[in-house]
Amino acid sequence: MSIITVSNLTRTFKSLTAVDNASFSVEEGEVFGFLGPNGAGKTTTINILCTLLAPTSGTAAIAGHDCVRQPDQVRSAIGLIFQDTTLDSGLTAYENLKFHAYLYNLDRKLTEKRIDEMLGVVELTSRKNDLIKNFSGGMKRRLEIARGLLHYPRVLFLDEPTLGLDPQTRNTIWEFITTLRKREKITVFMTTHYMEEAENCDRIAIIDHGRIIAEDTPAKLKELVRGDTIHLVTEDNARACAEISRIFGIECHEENGGLFIETERGEELIPRLIHGLTVTVKSVNLRKPTLNDVFLKLTGRTIRDEVLADEREVTREFVRSHRRAQR
Amino acid sequence: MIQLRPIYVICLREFIKFFREKSRLLGTLARPVLWLFVVGNGMSALIRPQAGFSYLHFIFPGMIGMTILFSSIFSSISIVWDREFGFMKEMLVAPISRVSIVIGKAISGTFISVAQAVIILALIPFLGIHITFMQFLEVVAVSVLVSFCITSLGILIAARLTSFDGFNIIMNFLVMPMLFLSGAMYPVTSMPPVLRHLTQINPLTYGIDAFKHVLLRDGAPPLGPEFPLSLDLLVVTAISVVMLTLAALSFRKKE
Repeated sequence: MSIITVSNLTRTFKSLTAVDNASFSVEEGEVFGFLGPNGAGKTTTINILCTLLAPTSGTAAIAGHDCVRQPDQVRSAIGLIFQDTTLDSGLTAYENLKFHAYLYNLDRKLTEKRIDEMLGVVELTSRKNDLIKNFSGGMKRRLEIARGLLHYPRVLFLDEPTLGLDPQTRNTIWEFITTLRKREKITVFMTTHYMEEAENCDRIAIIDHGRIIAEDTPAKLKELVRGDTIHLVTEDNARACAEISRIFGIECHEENGGLFIETERGEELIPRLIHGLTVTVKSVNLRKPTLNDVFLKLTGRTIRDEVLADEREVTREFVRSHRRAQR
Repeated sequence: MIQLRPIYVICLREFIKFFREKSRLLGTLARPVLWLFVVGNGMSALIRPQAGFSYLHFIFPGMIGMTILFSSIFSSISIVWDREFGFMKEMLVAPISRVSIVIGKAISGTFISVAQAVIILALIPFLGIHITFMQFLEVVAVSVLVSFCITSLGILIAARLTSFDGFNIIMNFLVMPMLFLSGAMYPVTSMPPVLRHLTQINPLTYGIDAFKHVLLRDGAPPLGPEFPLSLDLLVVTAISVVMLTLAALSFRKKE
């Protein structure tokens, strides 16, 4: 059964179309990822799903409740973790959770037990009565995950859950999400522009300029990109290259003192290569296609380029405003 | 549409934060204390007591009004803080009505202002003013009404304010004029007609006038109350209802 159903969803802001006729559905119990560069329409979609924003056209429903007509039922069924922290830094961890329990009308007897339980899961029990202003970024994120799950939501939304966190903390957060998912049996809907994170999802929708351009499992999506790349360094690259085309009938090209071979099932070719070549092989490297290659294939750009372009834009904007100020 | 548990917890949060941030309490109390003891005493030497009331007596109702004005505006401006630091989103995505958020903020702001007004009342023995227990209760009752009115006005403003940049404008072009055109520090009866009209559309004028009814009971204008008490209470109540309704409406549209 689909727990999230979105059909022909469109949202425009003046001349900008943030979400353009998007349709998708998420099955109960899945981890569903929304992958795309900054400004692709990920957050806008989440804001519509969590009833903060009305769509221009199209419909969205969660657990059978329409996001526009039945906002309260939708809100009770979802937990949210936003890009920026939404904790009250002047309150303690316990007070933040208690506030949440009251807003969601959680059963009074259950509240204390559930707060202790969730604090334990995110390993913050010892910080229960500490003010949030003394928490690190990773601790805040963990507490927000605990809070988002406090009222037994059926869907947990995570908007760029690891943005601005260091790689180690990022891994910890992912461990929590994986554990919690098994424990609480909930559906996870997340957005990200980190390829490595998207690999953890059961299914991914790739969104670009507000349009969903692909939707499938990470493995299936990667099949869109044909084959693996083997990078080979030998004692005599030219001779090796000639032998590869003669013996194996595979094209290869030499670049930067190494050979690049494009093939399918590269892991099976490597032993045959080393066995068959008369030239001594110095090193072998196999590269499997990544989601970044998928994005490149579908849009002609990589997500990383997009991020860099954004940063350049910010720099340019800064220079412009600086010049204006000097005038 | 009005949910009691969310309203209760929104109020509880404001109270916890209010008592935790000692500097805020100190800041709002320092101003009236400074006025009463320094300016009040200084001016008393200059202005002859009239009908048995000294200048210090005269500004005391105004100082309660001033305390409520600043406290209520600061309380309601916390909505802008909440929005700036993201906490507002936690409330907006919860299964509670916008009206509950507005009412929670209005009640908590009112209580915090009344608490501060009571603290100012505790200064009475040090000022040589005598009031009966009945007068004390009457001041508290009027404080509730005036605090609710000003807090509602503040919420209406905060609902429309998108950033802190607007806060200074509000302070300079609304809060300070409201204070100076309220009769808190000098009688408004002798002002030029243009300013007189401004005092008549200022809700704080009626609130302070009601305080004067209680505290300067036998005083006559210019130092005593200017309007009938029933008019004062009616205007303050009417403005409260209008402000709170507008605030709830604009909150719903905005978010």
